[in-house]
Amino acid sequence: MGNIRKRLEPLINPLSNDNPVIVQILGICSALAVTAKLQPAVVMTISVLAVLALSNVIISIMRNTIPTSIRIIVQLVVVAALVVIVDQVLKAWNYEVSKQLSVFIGLIITNCIIMGRLEAFALNNTPFNAFLDGVGNALGYGIILVIVAFFRELLGSGTLWGFQVIPQALYDLGYQNNGMMILPPMALITVACIIWFHNRKAK
Amino acid sequence: MKINKENNVYTVVYASVLVIVVGFALALVYQALRPAQLENIANDTKKQILASALIYPTGNESIGDLYEKHIKNSYCVDSKGNKIDGETALDVNVASEVKKPADERVLPVFVCTTEKGEKYIVPVYGAGLWGPIWGYVSMDDNGKDIYGAYFGHQGETPGLGAEIEKPQFSSQFEGKSIFGSNGDFESVLVVKKGQEPAGKAYVNAVSGGTITSQGVQKMLYNSLEPYTEFFKNLAKESNKE
Repeated sequence: MGNIRKRLEPLINPLSNDNPVIVQILGICSALAVTAKLQPAVVMTISVLAVLALSNVIISIMRNTIPTSIRIIVQLVVVAALVVIVDQVLKAWNYEVSKQLSVFIGLIITNCIIMGRLEAFALNNTPFNAFLDGVGNALGYGIILVIVAFFRELLGSGTLWGFQVIPQALYDLGYQNNGMMILPPMALITVACIIWFHNRKAK
Repeated sequence: MKINKENNVYTVVYASVLVIVVGFALALVYQALRPAQLENIANDTKKQILASALIYPTGNESIGDLYEKHIKNSYCVDSKGNKIDGETALDVNVASEVKKPADERVLPVFVCTTEKGEKYIVPVYGAGLWGPIWGYVSMDDNGKDIYGAYFGHQGETPGLGAEIEKPQFSSQFEGKSIFGSNGDFESVLVVKKGQEPAGKAYVNAVSGGTITSQGVQKMLYNSLEPYTEFFKNLAKESNKE
């Protein structure tokens, strides 16, 4: 039992104890940009998951052949190629969401989580472990994105996944959506609140 | 065999092979997905055209079907209002047409059948603050009043200039006349809230989006003016009936 737990460590650790967003404070930029609604946040999570898991595996397979002097460039080429593919697939299959996410898919290339995991993990570990690590970190990132998007969409637009959840009767009584929640600063404050609760729990 | 990873030749060959492999893979993906992407872009255009005539997709009807149902006819005219043969309205590149002098332009017209009669939809194109802005304007069959409008943008500031794509802004155009009381083309002005230009059709600009709003005003004037003769012909025809 303990053996399995140990082997799955690369997958489980980033979910909470070593979360890339709220513990390592990486990838905050995109956490602000794509979390006004749930749907783009989930699509962004899936995109990052695909890019991070695949690039981790590819770099890990190539790790013994990569010339040390150009290793960052090799990593960038692999990540950039995967991001372009994800962007093209989105444009072909989910045009509406790809319009909403616009430049942020392209900006996955510069997401510190991805370069960080390639440098710190994939270069020194076997492809299977690198895959677990990639999935784990992307999910850790995605959990935070979804939590933030949940609160921002609920309080900012009164909807979840585009469906109205706050009853019309409440609006008739004078309830108003909080327009501030739509703006990026509230994403920062929401992330800060999550970090606060997380730290309280860790102590 | 132990590879010498520090060797210059090895590094150069490695980089070249990698780039060629990646380039090949990307070209393949691009080729494979191109048809689906083009269809999405075409559907998006159709959706924008319909939105200007206040028709929005509901539920399970595909955009293509909705478009076929409402847009019964489309053609191109020149600045004298005569039809041009051999041009498809959907294929006209509006972005390059608006740069030509008015009398050389190919002007697309989409005839839309709605519950409130025939509407004539024309594309508009111009510049905002950061990049291009565009839209579609649907006219009543009297050739004078705007029935509805849709505006899009590429990268205007969210919350400021980008508000032009919201219905709150575009619905202001409904019912405005683009011809003055003496029958001359005047377009619609986009002015700061509170200003009321006497005797002219106007809408309120987006607050904080001054340059984008001025861009909309310029775009409307520049793109609609060449249609003057066409709209006047429409007016004559609707008077006859």
